[in-house]
Amino acid sequence: MDLSLLTTEIVTVALACFVVALDLLMPAGEPRRALGYLTLLGLAGIFVHAFTQYGLNASLYGGMFRVDDYAVFFKQVFLAAYMLTILFSVRTADGFAPYTGEFYGLMLFSLAGMMVMASANDLVTLFVGMELMTITFFVLVGFNLGDGKSSEAGVKYLILGAASTAVLLYGMSLIYGYTGTVVLPEIAARLSASPAALVGIVFFLAGFAFKIAAVPFGMWVPDVYEGAPVPITALLAMASKAASFAVLTRVFLTAFADAPYNWPLIIAWLAAASMIAGNLAAILQTNVKRLLAYSSIAQAGYLLTGLVAAGPDGVKGIIFYTALYVFASAGAFAVVAAVRDETGSDDIAAYRGLARSSPLLAAAMTVALLSMAGIPPLAGFVGKLYLFLAVLEKGWFWLALLGFVMSMVSVYYYLLVVKAMYLGEPAGAPTADGCAALRWAALASLALTVLCGVYPTPLAALASRVAQNFFQ
Amino acid sequence: MAAIGLEHYLTVAALLFCLGVYGLLTKRNLVAILMSIELMLNAVNLNMVAFSRFITPDAFVGQLFAVFTITVAAAEVAVGLALIFSIYRDRATTSTEELDWMKW
Repeated sequence: MDLSLLTTEIVTVALACFVVALDLLMPAGEPRRALGYLTLLGLAGIFVHAFTQYGLNASLYGGMFRVDDYAVFFKQVFLAAYMLTILFSVRTADGFAPYTGEFYGLMLFSLAGMMVMASANDLVTLFVGMELMTITFFVLVGFNLGDGKSSEAGVKYLILGAASTAVLLYGMSLIYGYTGTVVLPEIAARLSASPAALVGIVFFLAGFAFKIAAVPFGMWVPDVYEGAPVPITALLAMASKAASFAVLTRVFLTAFADAPYNWPLIIAWLAAASMIAGNLAAILQTNVKRLLAYSSIAQAGYLLTGLVAAGPDGVKGIIFYTALYVFASAGAFAVVAAVRDETGSDDIAAYRGLARSSPLLAAAMTVALLSMAGIPPLAGFVGKLYLFLAVLEKGWFWLALLGFVMSMVSVYYYLLVVKAMYLGEPAGAPTADGCAALRWAALASLALTVLCGVYPTPLAALASRVAQNFFQ
Repeated sequence: MAAIGLEHYLTVAALLFCLGVYGLLTKRNLVAILMSIELMLNAVNLNMVAFSRFITPDAFVGQLFAVFTITVAAAEVAVGLALIFSIYRDRATTSTEELDWMKW
């Protein structure tokens, strides 16, 4: 057994323990930003190391843990999301003193959980990784002690998250009972038509539809996104969603691929409901965090279309779109964090005149939102093109058309924010410019979003290579 | 009288799960809701152990899974009670009906 395959996970956990210990050892009055930068540096090291794991395609623990290209790619996506988030959260984290060290430590533990999820090849490993991520997020969502909204969000996430876990586990127990195994490829070999298998698959899908925030299981999203600290909202939107999609895709394409049910149809309905409900509800929002929450429900819908296609092209679409959704969201949430730190508000009104006080942040927000809407030449356009083409080729004309129409609808509410930033008069409040690290995060997001839109070839080539993982 | 078989265990587990869901949907107190979720998780454990005994008596996969579920459930309850403490300090309530600061 080659434990070096676990380097990314082991180093992440070690880094988490180190950050917490260092926080305890530092004198009380010292500024804690160094902890954030140290975490960032550590994650950058892990990110670079992950490149050496491409092409290994190895298994650990009797096939329970797989290090294949697919897992490595998703680990890098999580790492990118965490690095960008930590860049723009250093100032928010200052406000958590004396618990700054715990804040970074818990973030790293949730990252370790996601990495385990990406590599999980059996139901037990999958469950443990997912719970490491989810339970850590319960704490992080309620991390703003003394803020009633944050604790309300924490409790809501806890109740609904724990209930969805119970439903998911019940589904897993039925699948295990029917097939007599928990290893994904063996489940695929033994699954046949039976009520137990059907109920198991449906419960499993319901549990994960909660995690990816698909309608009708995503009703927790707006409240939790609004109440949680901005960096945690960002991580829930980008990394938690990416991790859940990584698992969902792996399970459906290895374990349930040949199940004698028309499961793409169920997923198509979920995708359609998410796209419609998310985009229409977002129009009514006046709070930018809630707007991004409903938009993230819609994004889950777009991503699900890739799973409906259930082929190399669909998986490629999911992989590509997840990566650039991370790039775009990081920029949007960095600006939300800057405005929140300055004005204490998330209302669209607080963004009035942002273009005058901080052109960079306004530009980053605009590019991020237009990329989510899928306007060429930004990255979101290419991503949606891959997803909708993949689903078209499988004959789902109505779904691709719906995705296209709903993307057009989404332009409207994204432009409401852009309009406030560029045409609104500043209310005379202090100007939001963010700290230097935050501006770097916004700049990185802007550059990556434009770059992947204008020149998508390298990322697309990597995505198509990774997507071959399930179809050899 | 027939011996107690797999279906008996599964029926009890299914009833327990439904009881948990019922409590989850009807209870208004956060602690009671947390207890209902525990019922649902225990139904899963019962399922796992019964399948392990009757379907795969040679492998201990189901029992192993149940041990993991119990551990994770304990962690979940610990975090859950801490969060309920925190909201009680901030808002002096544990009733779901008063958790309405954020809507639409």
